[in-house]
Amino acid sequence: MRCAIVGSGNIGTDLMFKLLRSDSLQLGAVVGIDPGSEGLRRASDLGVATTADGVDWLLDRAAEFDLVYEATSAHVHRENAPRYEEAGLKAVDLTPAKVGPAVVPSVNQLQHLDAPNVNLITCGGQATTPIVAAVAAVTPVPYAEIVSTVASRSAGPGTRQNIDEFTITTGSSLVDVGGAGRGKAIIVLNPAEPPILMRNTVFCALTKEADRQQIEESIGSMVEEVSSYVPGYRLKNPPIFDETPVDTPHGRYEGRVISLLEVEGAGDFLPAYAGNLDIMTAAAVRVGEAIASVEVPA
Amino acid sequence: MTDYRLTDSTLRDGSHAIRHQFTPDQVSAIVAGLDDAGVPVIEVSHGDGLGGSSFNYGFSGTSEFELLEAAVEARSDALLAVLLLPGIGVRHDLHRVNDLGVDVARIATHCTEADISEQHIKLAKKLGMETVGFLMLSHMIEPDQLLGQAKLMESYGADCVYVVDSAGAMTLDAVRTRVGLLKENLSCQVGLHAHNNLALAVANSLVAVDEGADQIDGCATGLGAGAGNCPTEILVAASERMGISTGIDPFKAMDTAEEVVRPLAPHQGVIDRDGLILGYAGVYGSFLLHAKKAAADFDVDTRDILMTLGDRKVVGGQEDMIIDVAAELQRHAAKDST
Repeated sequence: MRCAIVGSGNIGTDLMFKLLRSDSLQLGAVVGIDPGSEGLRRASDLGVATTADGVDWLLDRAAEFDLVYEATSAHVHRENAPRYEEAGLKAVDLTPAKVGPAVVPSVNQLQHLDAPNVNLITCGGQATTPIVAAVAAVTPVPYAEIVSTVASRSAGPGTRQNIDEFTITTGSSLVDVGGAGRGKAIIVLNPAEPPILMRNTVFCALTKEADRQQIEESIGSMVEEVSSYVPGYRLKNPPIFDETPVDTPHGRYEGRVISLLEVEGAGDFLPAYAGNLDIMTAAAVRVGEAIASVEVPA
Repeated sequence: MTDYRLTDSTLRDGSHAIRHQFTPDQVSAIVAGLDDAGVPVIEVSHGDGLGGSSFNYGFSGTSEFELLEAAVEARSDALLAVLLLPGIGVRHDLHRVNDLGVDVARIATHCTEADISEQHIKLAKKLGMETVGFLMLSHMIEPDQLLGQAKLMESYGADCVYVVDSAGAMTLDAVRTRVGLLKENLSCQVGLHAHNNLALAVANSLVAVDEGADQIDGCATGLGAGAGNCPTEILVAASERMGISTGIDPFKAMDTAEEVVRPLAPHQGVIDRDGLILGYAGVYGSFLLHAKKAAADFDVDTRDILMTLGDRKVVGGQEDMIIDVAAELQRHAAKDST
């Protein structure tokens, strides 16, 4: 399947390195808007076609492509999305624009293979929704909460100026994709040097009847599944069960399971501490390959 | 005209000390007492700001919006303030509290991350609220770096930027240089929020006033995270003895502290070993009670948890790392004993 990357920043460049290794996805172009962009230079050095003329260039050649990866920003994608669809291009959206349904490769991507546009939520959503889904697969989860901590250096201006989009989009994915009754997401930036690896903590509220062993096994196999496409994704500790009941304004939770995760990046382009960016680009490739597996190339 | 404006945070920072279990009746009584004493600004929120009610920080007994309704009802002259940490609370929360009648929005970030406050400071200004930028754990960076971050908040429209000693780790000189530098270089107001882990909260606040600080935070009895905050009634009494005008009646402030707040936490003001360690290791004060719980759950030492968190340069909001560290210490202890 022939694809293009729109956006030549950090995410677009890291994604390029991963796509160049894919068997079923052929990277045809990297599209930017700044002729001086480092990302375009790197793409061109690797023999990938590039343009600084933006999406108009791509739409003029829409027949040469099947799939476009959006690695710009939410407001740019909201403008581009209808144009891609009109041109018959499928879109995988790495911004929090949420034009199409939210997908997480290890949880629900097969449900949305036909969608013209799919959204990859946020890095925190990719890292934590699978754990919520793993717990919800074996027992009701009345409430799920996640804390994502990323190195300050790995949070670009887009994330910083739109931090509410992260918390809101991620929180709703815990419900929509993860299957929790309610969801809340928290993001923390940590400036320590050397930069910390991305950390995610997932709290799932449990009922009295929940089978602890089943939960632990389900989390374990989900971690294995995610690490098949994000090799640096791991549990720092076995899941921790806290049986202290907690009263909240939304009622009593009888206990909780806590999963402490760490995500080390593959270091394709971005440094290993930027596991938050790696998990997005790795998920993007996985989703693209799933789409390619069911589509007959035009 | 007073020499500085006091913001009482008993009903926000103090919320940590009672695990976020304030009731509407307690809020009414505390607001009425402080307001009658002449306290000009009263802050009410979950200890970790709007939206803080969670597994990670502790669930509120009563929704903070309900508590704010009680506060609005009970106040007559005082302005009401809220705290919001971007990444935890969202803009929608600001709309909600503005509709309730809150006057001041205080937007808090880690001292190096001021640029995540832009959306929230601008919205609060647009809604017509007075807006404060709150640079947490200000001891962790050099004064000139802090000034750079303060300037960002000022550029978004903050009416005041606070030096926030969240770990109670600042000594007198650390306060003097930071507040002094900000006063010299900002055209907006400058504030100090002190903690008492090294027993310096009142002294640090008075040093800040000496450097020209416009706003100072206190809590009745010092009720707050870690070993507590700057006790409002002591700061008021000491200010008066030094000829510094606060506009607050010291006797009424003492009465509210003693009769309304003290019964909630009778030992407030005692700086025990764990409280002292926060200031000594420079660890975020609200970690204290979570660390004590984790120490009991995992059968490890609170001080070991706090010192490890300090070594890892964990920042405010990373309460989940307390569990991480406790579990790791327990594993190491098990390994050592086999």
